[in-house]
Amino acid sequence: MILQPLCIINALIQLPEGVAVKGGLRTEGDRIAAIGAGVTAQDGDRIFDAGGKLVTPGLVDLGVFAIDKPAFHFGGITRAALMPDQSPPLDHPARVRFAASSGKPDLWVHPLAAATRGLEGNDLAELALMRDAGARAVSTGRRWISDSGTMLRLLRYCAMLDLVVVPHAEDSGLTGPAVATAGEMATRLGLPSAPVEAEALAVARDIALAEMAGARLHIRQVTTRSSLDLVRAAKARGVAITAGVTPAHFMLSDIAMSDFRTFARLSPPLRAEADRKAVIAAIGDGTLDMIASGHDPRGPEDKRLPFADAEPGMAGAETLLPLTLTLVRDGVIDMARAFQLLSANPAKLLGVDAGRLEVGQQADIAVIDAERPWIVDSDKMAAAAGNTPFDRQPVQGRCIALFKGAAQVA
Amino acid sequence: MTSPEPTRASRYPAGAAAFPHRHLLGIAGLAPHEILFLLDEAEQWVEHNRQPHKRHDLLSGLTIINAFFENSTRTLLSFEIAGKRLGADVVNMHAAQSSVKKGETLIDTALTLNAMRSDAIVIRHASSGAVRLIADKVDCPVLNAGDGQHEHPTQGLLDALTIRRSLRERGKNEEFNGLKVTICGDVLHSRVARSNIHCLTTLGAEVRVCAPPALMPEGIEQLKVTPFHDFDAALDGTDVVMMLRLQSERMQGSFIPSPREYRHLYGLTLDRLAKAAPDAVVMHPGPMNRGVEIDSNVADLAGRSLITTQVEMGVAMRMACLDVLTRRTRNVEGWQ
Repeated sequence: MILQPLCIINALIQLPEGVAVKGGLRTEGDRIAAIGAGVTAQDGDRIFDAGGKLVTPGLVDLGVFAIDKPAFHFGGITRAALMPDQSPPLDHPARVRFAASSGKPDLWVHPLAAATRGLEGNDLAELALMRDAGARAVSTGRRWISDSGTMLRLLRYCAMLDLVVVPHAEDSGLTGPAVATAGEMATRLGLPSAPVEAEALAVARDIALAEMAGARLHIRQVTTRSSLDLVRAAKARGVAITAGVTPAHFMLSDIAMSDFRTFARLSPPLRAEADRKAVIAAIGDGTLDMIASGHDPRGPEDKRLPFADAEPGMAGAETLLPLTLTLVRDGVIDMARAFQLLSANPAKLLGVDAGRLEVGQQADIAVIDAERPWIVDSDKMAAAAGNTPFDRQPVQGRCIALFKGAAQVA
Repeated sequence: MTSPEPTRASRYPAGAAAFPHRHLLGIAGLAPHEILFLLDEAEQWVEHNRQPHKRHDLLSGLTIINAFFENSTRTLLSFEIAGKRLGADVVNMHAAQSSVKKGETLIDTALTLNAMRSDAIVIRHASSGAVRLIADKVDCPVLNAGDGQHEHPTQGLLDALTIRRSLRERGKNEEFNGLKVTICGDVLHSRVARSNIHCLTTLGAEVRVCAPPALMPEGIEQLKVTPFHDFDAALDGTDVVMMLRLQSERMQGSFIPSPREYRHLYGLTLDRLAKAAPDAVVMHPGPMNRGVEIDSNVADLAGRSLITTQVEMGVAMRMACLDVLTRRTRNVEGWQ
């Protein structure tokens, strides 16, 4: 518990809706006590002058593969939902409990429980025990549960436990050993590839089963036009579905794999340019609910390999904020919506009282210079490894101060 | 080295500008005149190899390592003979995937080879892009002897050389422009198909590819070829029929129901060959599945089958590539 209240003054505060307003924000304990134009510091407050910069909720990153505190703090992330794809997988209550406490107090980790033992897609893991140990949702990790009967039983069970199910949406029968999306680039490079419909098939099935089961479904990465259409249609008929994406899929297409650049080896793989544009449109029209980093730092032993032998994933925590802000600058979304995508919506899915600057919420606060230019440099990243496909790319927007539960952590 | 006919020299720039690449990793990206330069360079070695005394001292004192991370008999042999005929010290490293672990080991192996100060490294590897990865780590020229399903550039070149010489020998125009070539078989998994497609389309040939849907890569038409599923249609009026090997594990039900069904649809029989141009030639990179993708009486058809000529051209072509890529090392006039 932070005893000394924090008062952020001279701020441009991004409330959950509308344009940012000038004013201040004051905390008591680890909660927000007051926000607005009239907020002033009281005796004994610790005062932080935001210098007129943007003050936003800390980012809530739904779906990371490693707990990498320096990278998260660099990127303005105060909470991260840890994927169950760990070694060993998060399929046991003790491991979930350990993961849930592993970042505190300055980073809160919300584990996603492995849906099945060993993530193997066969036997249900101890989901209720893991929920009570701190799991905030259930995930199939980077794997697809190919048996529809198992998936239906999982969804029904999770509906009963009120746990969101976060599947990986790629039909494994179609993907097989694929490391790329079928198309000109994969054909030129001679890489094992799978048709883009592998994603839509998986999304269609999981929506159908979730509707049947009355379960809540969150598809962590929806990256193709046809699967976005399925999500859009499901939402229109009232299905309890949310969907997310990572910046790689709205910034890059499969051309980034040219020269066999393994930093562009992702799961799901990069798509065609038309799909990239469809992702941007879906962020704009509300089909996509959140943007996550998918942070997965991988060193040379996993990445300095022939493309198909390299591990998938990118270190994304540091670039999540600036790449999302490109959508604001391009007029796809406004700033309020950016922080719904980055903070409010993932916090809501995880059921945590954060992600919004409102009285009574956890004081997870980022101070952001949205215009500040910097250059991504894979050799100088805060992350455990520099595997970013955005190396040498100039970006704008940086977290200049970060508070977790009112305590400054960066 | 000068080309056998002076008229050809005008096709490409002088000295190192004729082939300004350090490595030979693929055909994609090579200019037409660069390909023609390599073909012209190979011509002299074809003649040389037909002499009883075949040893030349061009690469004398140089060390060439053939690092084969995937099993190979004919390509390895061809590269070994090519290097030895030029007087180089050739060392073969058999490192099938089972013995050499993946991962850093591949880079480590590359650094090890580099530290042994070889003057050229010839690499075959089962993963697409692996040869390029190694090439970025070593100081000497690297020749790709086949990487996964990506490229097999010397095969593409030797096939072009074979075609060109066959045209010449039959008194035809040896231009590739307008030549109709049909490549049939497992295009999806074939690096030979990709290198041939790049090579032949760059030289102006009209290339058709033929495969069942499961073995046809998506977006192949973006490589300036016309895809066919019907072999008879693909053969219609074609000048060159190039058959690809179908791996036996792919014809037991996973991609193809059975070998005999594959032959039924895609086997090159005498009857099928009759649908091609009257004097069409037949090629196969080997090793052949006789009676599956090609019938024996087609494979052995005198005057029409160039399959053994391909093997002969392979040695000459690889000699030319080894010569050209080591010219910088050897301080050849105009190549420093």
